[in-house]
Amino acid sequence: MAAHLKKRVYEEFSRVVQIPHEEAPAKKLRLSKPSKSAALHIDLCKATNSTDALQYLLQFARKPVETESVEGVVRILLEHYYKETDNSVRLKIASLLGLLSKTQGFSPDCIVDDAINTLSNEKSHQVLAQLLDTLLVIGTQLPESPAVRQRLIEVACKHLSDTYFMVRNKCLQLLGCLGTVDSPLTKDSEGLATSLGGVRDVQSIISDYFGDQDPRVRTGAIKSMLQLHERGMKIHEIIYDQACRLLSDDYEQVRSAAVQMVWVLSQLYPESIVPIPSSNEEIRLVDDAFGKISHMVSDGSWMVRVQAAKTLGSMLQVSPHFLEQTLDKKLMSDLRRKRTAHERAKELFTSGEFSSGRKWADDAPKEKLDTNTVNLIASGACGAFVHGLEDEMFEVRIAAVEALCQLARSSASFAEKCLDFLVDMFNDEIEEVRLQSIHVLREISTHITLREDQLDTVLAVLEDSSRDIREALHELICFTNVSTKECIQLALLELLKNLNKYPTDRNSVWKCLKFLGSRHPTLVLPLVPELLSTHPYFDTPEPDMDDPAYIAVLVLVFNAAKSCPTMPALFSDHTFRHYAYLRDSLSHLVPPLRLPGNGLDLVDSRCGLGSVESAQLFLQQSLNRISTIQNLEAPGAQDLLDFTIRDLRRLGELQTELAGAADFCATYLRCQLLLMKALQEKLWNMAVPLCFKQNVTATAAAQQILEETYKLEFLYSGLDNRQVATIHHVRLQAKALQLILTARTRQGLEPLISSCEKFLQDIESFHRLFLTELPHLQDSFVDKLLELMPRLSSCKPVELVKILQTTLRQSGLLQLRLQPEQIHRATATIIEPTGESDNPLRFTSGLVVALDIDATLEHVQDPQNTVKVQVLYPDGQSHVIHPKPGDFRKPGPARHRLITQVYLSHTAWTEPSQIEVRLLLAYSSSSSPSKLGWSDSIDSLPPPEAAVEGTIPFSKPVKVFIMPKPTRR
Amino acid sequence: MPEIKVTPLGAGQDVGRSCILVSIGGKNIMLDCGMHMGYNDDRRFPDFSYITQNGRLTDFLDCVIISHFHLDHCGALPFMSEMVGYDGPIYMTHPTKAICPILLEDFRKITVDKKGETNFFTSQMIKDCMKKVVPLNLHQTVQVDDELEIKAYYAGHVLGAAMVHIKVGSESVVYTGDYNMTPDRHLGAAWIDKCRPDILISESTYATTIRDSKRCRERDFLKKVHESIERGGKVLIPVFALGRAQELCILLETFWERMNLKAPIYFSTGLTEKANHYYKLFITWTNQKIRKTFVQRNMFEFKHIKAFDRSYADNPGPMVVFATPGMLHAGQSLQIFKKWAGNEKNMVIMPGYCVQGTIGHKILNGQRKLEMEGRATLDVKLQVEYMSFSAHADAKGIMQLIRMAEPRNMLLVHGEAVKMEFLKGKIEQEFSIDCYMPANGETATVTTNPSVPVDISLNLLKREMALGGPLPDPKKPRTMHGTLIMKENSLKLVSSEQALKELGLNEHQLRFTCRVQLQDPHSDNDTLHRIYTHLKSVLKGYTIQHLPDGTVMVESIVIKVSSSAEDANTKVLLLSWSYQDEDLGSFLSTLLKKGLPSGLC
Repeated sequence: MAAHLKKRVYEEFSRVVQIPHEEAPAKKLRLSKPSKSAALHIDLCKATNSTDALQYLLQFARKPVETESVEGVVRILLEHYYKETDNSVRLKIASLLGLLSKTQGFSPDCIVDDAINTLSNEKSHQVLAQLLDTLLVIGTQLPESPAVRQRLIEVACKHLSDTYFMVRNKCLQLLGCLGTVDSPLTKDSEGLATSLGGVRDVQSIISDYFGDQDPRVRTGAIKSMLQLHERGMKIHEIIYDQACRLLSDDYEQVRSAAVQMVWVLSQLYPESIVPIPSSNEEIRLVDDAFGKISHMVSDGSWMVRVQAAKTLGSMLQVSPHFLEQTLDKKLMSDLRRKRTAHERAKELFTSGEFSSGRKWADDAPKEKLDTNTVNLIASGACGAFVHGLEDEMFEVRIAAVEALCQLARSSASFAEKCLDFLVDMFNDEIEEVRLQSIHVLREISTHITLREDQLDTVLAVLEDSSRDIREALHELICFTNVSTKECIQLALLELLKNLNKYPTDRNSVWKCLKFLGSRHPTLVLPLVPELLSTHPYFDTPEPDMDDPAYIAVLVLVFNAAKSCPTMPALFSDHTFRHYAYLRDSLSHLVPPLRLPGNGLDLVDSRCGLGSVESAQLFLQQSLNRISTIQNLEAPGAQDLLDFTIRDLRRLGELQTELAGAADFCATYLRCQLLLMKALQEKLWNMAVPLCFKQNVTATAAAQQILEETYKLEFLYSGLDNRQVATIHHVRLQAKALQLILTARTRQGLEPLISSCEKFLQDIESFHRLFLTELPHLQDSFVDKLLELMPRLSSCKPVELVKILQTTLRQSGLLQLRLQPEQIHRATATIIEPTGESDNPLRFTSGLVVALDIDATLEHVQDPQNTVKVQVLYPDGQSHVIHPKPGDFRKPGPARHRLITQVYLSHTAWTEPSQIEVRLLLAYSSSSSPSKLGWSDSIDSLPPPEAAVEGTIPFSKPVKVFIMPKPTRR
Repeated sequence: MPEIKVTPLGAGQDVGRSCILVSIGGKNIMLDCGMHMGYNDDRRFPDFSYITQNGRLTDFLDCVIISHFHLDHCGALPFMSEMVGYDGPIYMTHPTKAICPILLEDFRKITVDKKGETNFFTSQMIKDCMKKVVPLNLHQTVQVDDELEIKAYYAGHVLGAAMVHIKVGSESVVYTGDYNMTPDRHLGAAWIDKCRPDILISESTYATTIRDSKRCRERDFLKKVHESIERGGKVLIPVFALGRAQELCILLETFWERMNLKAPIYFSTGLTEKANHYYKLFITWTNQKIRKTFVQRNMFEFKHIKAFDRSYADNPGPMVVFATPGMLHAGQSLQIFKKWAGNEKNMVIMPGYCVQGTIGHKILNGQRKLEMEGRATLDVKLQVEYMSFSAHADAKGIMQLIRMAEPRNMLLVHGEAVKMEFLKGKIEQEFSIDCYMPANGETATVTTNPSVPVDISLNLLKREMALGGPLPDPKKPRTMHGTLIMKENSLKLVSSEQALKELGLNEHQLRFTCRVQLQDPHSDNDTLHRIYTHLKSVLKGYTIQHLPDGTVMVESIVIKVSSSAEDANTKVLLLSWSYQDEDLGSFLSTLLKKGLPSGLC
């Protein structure tokens, strides 16, 4: 056996050696390089049976094909296609043709004819379907050619009557993707018109298949109609009736697609009038569609229900009374009308009596219903959301909640009505749904004022053990309006309870009270004496300043006092003292107050007056001033830069809106300043050996500039391509500086050559990346270098260095242009640990201890991949920890919250010491997505350029006291 | 015309002892076999003598199907199978099969041991009965015999409740049992596919009620319990052991978990523990949430709910206790109630309906002083709350199910007559289908119009397809020619040639000939030519040939001309056509009878 195997191996081997010789002439087909087409040809010739051929094709498909050899490959494949008898091989070839025509830079119009020809002789339905798919690919690759498009449509129409569903499906898809948008088909193809018997356009052809016997074809027909719509073709209104009929199809995928179709039409013709069957009335189309889709919310299949619920959310043009019907569900009991619990609660509230124990038969029905008026299958929209919110599948419930949110945002009255239902959802069994409904309520909370009983239900959730839920609820309370002072009291009480039960919520609760106070100053006013427990005659004991609950109350009161000048009169002495303390320690929570006899705060309060516009103007002016720098002498220019940097930094501190932009500019200018200083060192004129010391400073400067450029590029969000180009430009300058310095210090030629080459590569990649930006970079360093490029690449290193040196010194400063509002600096604040604790965290050495970290991140893009935690031990050891993606939450736009645990461990110490924890922002310069045509070909290509990876610390380090104890034996 | 007959032995315009007989396609099926809670005499069980006066039922029934484990749906099962006598298959789902004997045994104990009845079924009989049970899986089609097949669908209501689709040939019936269209904390909603049965037999307990959203009820319930616990009070929830009790347990358990509450929850032991065990096992029958989370934790493995001991009732501090029975008429729940009634901090929550005469009913009606045995009175100071947690479909739910299944006829059982009447009207109005509501012993007959399946040969089909247009249009029926062969219980439609071949017959040509007299002064040949041109102008799209041997062929129809013997002007046309061309032939004969138009050359 072994011998036999061996023999076979040799046979194979020898064949492989021989055949290239034989087939060598084949190479001269058209290819200069050794190409895949030749290899493929050999393989296919070698294949003795269809299984082998299939294997070869599969292998072939794994590797990319160069653009220039695509056509050759296609010819070979087609040739083989005609010879092949096996269906599966033909199928594979057909699919390969499709893949190949997707190759970038290859124009598939030359193979259209061949592909269509293959269709005519094909017997197997599967292969036929695959070929049509290939044609679809070809057609989409050639959007500009009406002739090809026309032919393909003809082909599709011809095969529409095929008996196999896939073929029909593919034909419909072809029609959907290529069907001409405006003109009916017949205009330019008379033959087609007669064959179809009359003037038909794509839409009516497709809509014929709405009644196909196969549900998959029906789905396909609707999908291709939707495709037409996506391509900007106006769907005829006649389709509406047909689509509505499909809503009651037996198959779920058809119904699901039909829901989309009906939705599309309702958006296209919202105002047309449609008759209601079995009556003489007429209603708007969008209302009719809304009713029909609402009906689908109680469909048998949950996929359809999700689809319907989602769709409802985007039908904003619907008339209000239809909208309100979705929340209506007439209750009845023994044929008598019953009020819903919501209605009863409202009534109790309005009658002034809130908490009443419900009695047996308290909900006893009152009025007698006329049996004829009760409509059990509610026509139209009745109760759609009531059903959706009670659905079995949480996917449907979430979709319903989201739809409610969208509709409520556009209609205040609807928001008011759906409030009860949303509040009910706070009690869902699945946390995701609860969270979602809390978020939704927050989003619509501008429209609504909570009643006391509603607030009560909302606040009940504060005791939830899930932190996410509580924090979402805090966010919600920040934005809600309440109506009475009792509500405020209730909220405060519940929040304090929450604080007591979960002390970690401290910050969140305080923040919540801050907003509550500033939103409702007049409601807080009557509560102040009670809250601060002051008494008209007696001095009350001074509360404990460290009590979080007391701080919470003060935060509420002070924020209310900001817009209520009469309030401070009610404060007792110690309250003023506490104010001063809190204003210092928790300045973000306690606003500046105009207190009697406190002049200092008056000054403080003025700083907020400077409007954003004036600050922006200032920023622009500062930048403009810099542009004059070219004309100045070196020392003057440096001074100007120095002052501008200082101004910008201060501006950033004062105007938080512009902090990002100001910082960005300051950093950029600092880079320029460093560069300028480095270049103006006198050393450049000195002999090399004499200037060792200055060299060190210049090297340090270059290094620093490099680091700063990385910060500029990755720490700030909202940069456009031009600014990135500017940053890269500075980096290039720094690299040039480094190169020059290297050349001056080291005499060895070898390292110099390699670093020169590297630099040239850098220039090239810059050229490639920012080709579009080059016009803006005129007269700059790079511009000059690129002019000299041919010379540079050929000359010697020493010469190169010389050229660089002169160019660098001549090149001027690049002007920064930016939209200051868009630029934001990524920041991070570590909330936990606070670094205030004097009690060391004790643990046995060799084991681990978990440290809870809670931080907020602002303006960080993609934090899951970029944010890391660094732990620095006193011995200089440092660990970088990657938090799990699940540890990041997104409480608001451009804001993230990191709640994670890091594990610490160390060998035993003799006494406690501090470690440092900080957050890092990781970056990698190769992050720009590389475009590759062939999907699975990444492994074969070299990495685009040497990626520079690194990290930027972007939070203040926090010190934590730890103490690893030696193990006790 | 074939008929389906439905006769309720129990549950016809009534709630209790569900038992419905269905005859479909020559098969007899019994749906459910329950007992009536309200009676203690013979009326307790369905009247099986309706089926046969003496002897066993086995010969008369093809199978028995039990929808779920409630006693009013399965309570008479051992009586029927062991005491009346039935040996055929009994179908029920796995959970029902597991829990049913527990309840039957409990029922037997109460009737025999407590009430001292004799002539009742024994434990051994329950066991023997359960041996005859064949378990069903959801959506599994079970062949009872060659023709009868049944399939179970999920029904909500209680663990293991099922709806059954019964099918014989192309006739079918769906029986819902009890079902629930809104999901609850432990079970999902009923679901059925568009099976378009001939009859849908549905329960109609809440035929005239549309219920409020369950979320409000749940929230109210939780809020009440929570408030009472925070006050330091004790909460008593009287429940029946199975069904709602598990739902409330899950509700409280998750709430405790969410809110981090510490007060203990107790469940009075007994048959509940056994049943809980089965709830843990049959996770696939529960709702989405429980099914999804059971890998981390089985929701029925309660963390906060512990077994109750009699002595705990006197423990200080807040607690929640679930105790049986649900109407406070006896047992543990009554004992605890007596202990706690005096304190206004405490609370009792009645989660369901209470029969008149029970203490539950009295306190719900606001009675504050209760007379106990031995002339003692009990002051009721605790708070009394009522929460309805019921798992039947309401009117809207029933309509929704009808919409899902699209039946041709509707039949209502398991409800009160007046309420059914209302729903019947609504159904007939909305869906325009017939709706029946037979009383016990009354038979509802539905004639069906079953379609007869016929095999058609592929060649014939393809040939006919090729003749027609390219599009198969479902709206337009098309006629086709073929031969129907009935052989050995099967029907086949084949082309006539094949039929001849198969049957070994020779083909007989059937030709019609006809003479038409025509006044025409021309010679025979000219006349023929005139006929030829005339036909050519009239029949477009047909092949018309003038053959040299003095005939005209229209397709396969031959026309010859000869002069009559008496009058040379009277020509006699001979037409001859085969049977297949009957249409064209008769058309031609009438056409030619009218004579030739004069304008012809």
